[in-house]
Amino acid sequence: MSANELPRWATAIALPVLNLVSALLVAGLVIYLLGESPVESLAILVNSAVLNPEGLGYTLFYASTFIFTGLSVSIAMQAGLFNIGSEGQMYIGGLGLTLAVLALDAALPGWLMVPAAIAGAALFGALWAWLPGYLQARRGSHIVVTTIMFNFIAASLMNWLIVSFLIPVGEQRPASRLFAESAWLPKLSGILPVLGDTPLNISFLLALLALAVYGLAVWRTSWGYKLRAAGLNPHAAHYAGVSIAKTIIVAMLISGALAGLASVNSLMGSTHYMALNFTGGAGFIGIAIALMGRRHPLGILLSSILFGALIQGGFDLSLEKSNIPPETFIFIQGLIILFCGAMENLYAPALAALLKGRKA
Amino acid sequence: MSFFDDLNFASILVATVRNAPVLIFAAMAGLFSERSGVVDLALEGKMLASAFVSAAVAFATQNVWFGILAGIGISVLLSAVQGYVSITQKGNQLVCGIAINIALSGLTFVLAQFFFQQGGRTPDLGEARLHEIVLPGAQALADVPVLGWLYGSLIGGHTILVYLAFALIPLVHWIVYHSRFGLRLRAVGENPHAADAAGIHVERTRYLAMLCGGVLCSFSGAYLAIVQSGFFLRDMSAGNGFLALTALVFGNWRPLHTALGCLMFGFFAALQIQIEGVEIPGVGKIPGSLIQMIPYVVTVIVLAGFMAKSVAPKAIGVPFVKSR
Repeated sequence: MSANELPRWATAIALPVLNLVSALLVAGLVIYLLGESPVESLAILVNSAVLNPEGLGYTLFYASTFIFTGLSVSIAMQAGLFNIGSEGQMYIGGLGLTLAVLALDAALPGWLMVPAAIAGAALFGALWAWLPGYLQARRGSHIVVTTIMFNFIAASLMNWLIVSFLIPVGEQRPASRLFAESAWLPKLSGILPVLGDTPLNISFLLALLALAVYGLAVWRTSWGYKLRAAGLNPHAAHYAGVSIAKTIIVAMLISGALAGLASVNSLMGSTHYMALNFTGGAGFIGIAIALMGRRHPLGILLSSILFGALIQGGFDLSLEKSNIPPETFIFIQGLIILFCGAMENLYAPALAALLKGRKA
Repeated sequence: MSFFDDLNFASILVATVRNAPVLIFAAMAGLFSERSGVVDLALEGKMLASAFVSAAVAFATQNVWFGILAGIGISVLLSAVQGYVSITQKGNQLVCGIAINIALSGLTFVLAQFFFQQGGRTPDLGEARLHEIVLPGAQALADVPVLGWLYGSLIGGHTILVYLAFALIPLVHWIVYHSRFGLRLRAVGENPHAADAAGIHVERTRYLAMLCGGVLCSFSGAYLAIVQSGFFLRDMSAGNGFLALTALVFGNWRPLHTALGCLMFGFFAALQIQIEGVEIPGVGKIPGSLIQMIPYVVTVIVLAGFMAKSVAPKAIGVPFVKSR
């Protein structure tokens, strides 16, 4: 009995929800073992991340970054590529953005500066993904291993660049100088004052736009059809005239560009400077989001909001419960990847048997 | 000549011998599971888990052997989870490995914080560590130039785990190429259907391979925590699991070549510490973070097929579905 025999609602909704609930149950058990009440923790989490408007603003702020990294991992997966390098691509994308801003922010007005910086982020992210894509397409080097290596290379490279070149004279903190205000993204709290003092900015709208474009490009264009064909069965796609090598390279370029764009929200929307390790694992969260959202735009959106809520609520939770530090949510993220990604068909046989029994 | 005076080659060689075991244990662990056809991306997570558990138990019991045993326990448990997902559930092995790494990176911190309240590290192990073995006669030879150093510091003067790591290299070679289990291991990793037709239990063989991998990988974690640092520190595996995997790819999944890769990476790590801040003629100072990149860059070049052709086990990453 396989997942293929299940109706679409079961594979699209029932299985992911069952998997997510399993992951959260394991997390709840660990929280219980740490001597805290899972129910009370959940209440604090929901209250701080969803019900409180300012908290919701933060949730959506984090989600804006995660939508981009989730899209980055998803588009590569559509082509059958497991891009673990979104983290490094986002980091290097941040470098492209910062270089553009540092060079131009004194000269350009905001309406020119912001697009230029966004282009810099996408370009650098894409370039960092190009080489693994090229090596996979032309030389058969496994993309998983090369992208992991590129994450490490990016970390060392950025360490060197930031410490040696980007720290302003006389400063100690490993970070670039503050961007000029022309490179600050407008906050949504200007339009919706109820959000209070949250960094939620127009990159959330950009993220929604990216989701829509992704959905249209993958399912409504011939390019997307070829992309999915190459991912599902490269031999058949090749026989039908699709250039597999070209598809891989283009998919990786787009994946890297999307990862690079993830840096826009945190750098131009919130901190207004680039610090060491500013990505904070957002690229890895993208893996969880792509797997949980099953590479569907709506799924990616909902999973991103869930992860945004976990980060925001988790932070508040850690202030109240010292036994549940924010790192607990790294653990939960791993559990979600395990249940929703690696064991996605765990409940398929049981569900299929249940459905069959009801029909008979 | 000042460049060579600044670089102390003797201490680089000793440091290489001390760095390599972390990678050798993990790479040999990966060799078993990957040769059987299961990708092991979770080396990093298992290493971290056993580093934490062995340090925590060694501290709590003040007995280093209990620590090492507990480390084996957690690493084998994680291998069993990985085996269940990859072999029984036929899930995605890459995703499973990444999941274990991320989950353990968080969980070890949470538990370390819960038990010890020291910002995610364990207290210093103090006496609960392994002692360095002084070879017989090392004292007498100590004053003899070269030979005294060779016998006393390069060959002798290490902990038992270092010798275990180097003893593993020929042992694993023998198991993989000259034992019945090794033959089955390679068979299920290259062509599981043929192995199945020949009467080999594919899933059982893969579980056994995962078990071996779990035990071996635990030593690399224990070595990090108990021998190298004397405490557990958050994310202390620091990419060593991936580096071991890289040595495996570099060594073409062959024990002796893989061990050479581990020694090479151990050498780069030792060199990085020595070369930092040293003026190199014609080049100037090379920043440490750039030397840190070398193993990764070398790996990408190897993977790209520019140095040697890397041939993975044929059935790697593919769950076995018995044909009817």
